[in-house]
Parts: sequence; C-alpha cells; structure tokens
Amino acid sequence: MAEFRMPSLGADMEAGTLAKWLVKPGDAVSRGDIVAVVQTEKADVEVEVFTSGAIEKIHVREGDKVPVGTLLATVRGEGEAAAAAPGPSAALPAPAPDVGERARASPAARRRAEELGVDLRGVRGTGPKGSISVADVESAVSAAPPGPAPVSERSAGMRRAIAAAMSRSNREIPHYYLGTEIDLTATQQWLAVENSKRPVTERILPAALLLRCVALAAGEVPEMNGFWVDGSFRPSSVVHLGVAISLREGGLVAPALHDADKKGLEELMRDLRDLVTRARAGTLRSSEMSDPTLTVTNLGDLGVETVFGVIFPPQVALVGFGKAVERPRLRQGTVVPAPMVTATLAADHRVSDGHRGGLFLAAIDRFAQRPEAL
Amino acid sequence: MTEQELRDLVSRALRKIAPEVDQSKIDPGESLRDQLDIDSMDFLNFLIALHDAVEVDIPESDYPRLSTLRSIVEYLAQKKGVAPAGPVR
Repeated sequence: MAEFRMPSLGADMEAGTLAKWLVKPGDAVSRGDIVAVVQTEKADVEVEVFTSGAIEKIHVREGDKVPVGTLLATVRGEGEAAAAAPGPSAALPAPAPDVGERARASPAARRRAEELGVDLRGVRGTGPKGSISVADVESAVSAAPPGPAPVSERSAGMRRAIAAAMSRSNREIPHYYLGTEIDLTATQQWLAVENSKRPVTERILPAALLLRCVALAAGEVPEMNGFWVDGSFRPSSVVHLGVAISLREGGLVAPALHDADKKGLEELMRDLRDLVTRARAGTLRSSEMSDPTLTVTNLGDLGVETVFGVIFPPQVALVGFGKAVERPRLRQGTVVPAPMVTATLAADHRVSDGHRGGLFLAAIDRFAQRPEAL
Repeated sequence: MTEQELRDLVSRALRKIAPEVDQSKIDPGESLRDQLDIDSMDFLNFLIALHDAVEVDIPESDYPRLSTLRSIVEYLAQKKGVAPAGPVR
C-alpha cells in the first residue's frame, strides 16, 4: 500500500489546504494523474500521484489544512488485494469530534483562540485524545473553505510566503553577485527570420531562447544547478529551470520548466507558454512547484535594465535578465548600435565562487551568440 | 463581419489575458501594454486569441501597429476588409 502525502510545493510551504479531491475510493489511478487540488499560500496546485493502482482510502477532507507530509490517501498498488471494499463510510475521516461545551485544549491554545476570536468547539484537535494545540487554532483560522480564496486573502498569503522564503534566503545564503552584458544582435536577427516563417501560434519569444542558454550553461557549470541541504551541496542530475512568473493579482510563483537542457527551442517555448498560462490561471502541478533546480527571472518587459536577484532556497543560484537596450558597440573598427541585455547571477558562496560564476555567465553569452545551434 | 463584431472579439481576447481588467476604463488611444501591465507572453497569447478568432495572419513586423485598442481594431478591420463604423470608444 502506498502513502500519498501532502507534498512540499516549495521551500516556503509548511501546510496546504486540500481544496478538492478529484478521485474517490476505488478509482484507478496511474502515475502522474492529477488526483487533488491543494491550496497553498501562493497558488492552487494540481497534485499528481506517483503510484499506479487504486485509491484505497482518503484520509483528509476537502477544506482541511494539514502540514506537509500528512497522509492524504492510501493507494493500493497494482496487484495488491483491497483491505476492504471501499464504501462511503470508509471514504472520509470522521468529522471533528463533538467536544461538548468545553473543548480539550492547552492554555496557550485557549489564549490564541481568544486573540483570534475562534470558537474552540469548532476546532479539530490533532493532539493526544483530540486535544487542541495553538497550531490547530491557527489552522482553523487560515483553513479556507473549498473554492478559491478571495484575492486580498490570497495576496496577503502570498506575500507572507514570499517574505518567509526570501528572509530565509537573505539570512542563510551568502550571496555574491556578478553581471555581464550580452550582445543580442545574433539572437534578434535569427529570431526575426525564424519567426517570419512561423504562424503566430508557433513564434518563439527571446525569453525562451535565453532560458535555453541558461539550461545549457548549467550543464557546463554544475555548481549553479542543485540544492544546499543539510550543510552540503547536492548537485542535480537534471536541469529543471524555475521560471519566475508574476501573477496578475500580484505576487509571483517560480514553477519548473522540466528538463530544459534536453528540449529544443521549439518545445521549450511551447512548454514555457503552457507554464505561464497555467500559472496565471491557477492550474500548476505539484511536480512543477516542488523541484526547480535553478531559477531564472526576466524583468525586461517592465523596462528594468539590471536584476539583483534573491536565491530561492534550497537552490544555490538565480539568473536575472533585464531589457534589451541599444548601445554603441565597436565592430570591425566601426561603432554600430547593438541590442544589449544585462545578465546577472546571484549565487551561493557556500557552493561556488566568482570564478565559476563568471564561467557560467560567459557560457550563457557564448550560447546566445549561436542561436541556430540552440 | 462588422467592426462592432471585431471590437467584441478583441474584447474577448483581452479578457483571456487580463480577466480582472475593467475594459470600460481602457483608453483606446493609449498603449495597451502600459495600461494593462501585460508582458510579452500575455501579448503573444492575446495575438494568438485574435488569430484564432478573426482568422488573420499577424506577422511580427506588424506588431508596432498593434499598440492601442483603436489601432488593433483598425488593423483587423483593414485585414478583413471591414468598412469603418465609427470611432472606437
């Protein structure tokens, strides 16, 4: 029997609300199927299951907010016998126990309930014999009812999540910063010719091309691609580029563009468009939220020239791109205008130093000069 | 197809990329990207929605002609051979 648990959908996530089950006991599932929608402070995320079989039992009700790692459902593997015939009574856990007039709660939980104006009789205790803790009280307050949270509430939650991750980053990661100007003449000329041959549905944005350059450069300088965990660096064997995407209601998410180093430009562009569209529509998947290995942020559309990034822990580097600006360049003895973009690197000094960071930026530049080879 | 129908199609395409925007507050003569805070991916998705709805090819070299609501409707009207029906409100 496999256990399906509340996934960690980013370093900043401690708990999630099970907003909606898309399966019920007895349903067959295949690895990669979306089985639930989980509401985090940053987004509604479609959660995939990583075992094939059948849903044996659902342990968490819609609307419940539970910590990362909580058992959500058990999945009977293919060929395993059912523990019991699933029925409605086995489908869901019992509702919050009737705790009578006086709920079993710690003094601290009672104080917190008073502060927050929470009636303890409506709070489900997760402690011994159903006793209510401070965390239970706070969960009861923040547990949203099934359905999308109001924009202002979502926006405040997102700011809290970003603040927590970025505070941790600034507190724990000794950042260093490097920047270089990349001449985009070759890429812009190549894209103009390439896009003139394509219908609007298949056009490639410069952002996709830069992502491809970063993905390839990560293969050359692996110290930029991986995680700092338990006091040491764990390089990643895959390149899942986190793409910082601003949301229209405010805030941002940075889901992963999987295997960006293995995809051609066309496929990368298609996947990028899909990812951005789904991020803004609130339909990201759990695998995209949980495993970026290196993040890229592109603020060129806003007119920003230089980005000074903050690394998303436990990642160890972040690449920023500004807007392309026409600057004079000396070419074969003649000054010519050239579109230049400033690429910056924020990297973790526990893992790499300026020399390796410089090689990484130089590799991005080198790939950008040969767009036809991307 | 009438110009009003074109305006409705443009309005629907805009709603796809910026559903929260009150379109009655858009100045038809001002840059859409500035007013709606749309980035290049939103703009591409907007053009794709127009392409699908109006069935016209929009080459990249024409992008500068698609900066305002008014110029977009005019551009599409010209492409579809629609007679102008009055100023875009």
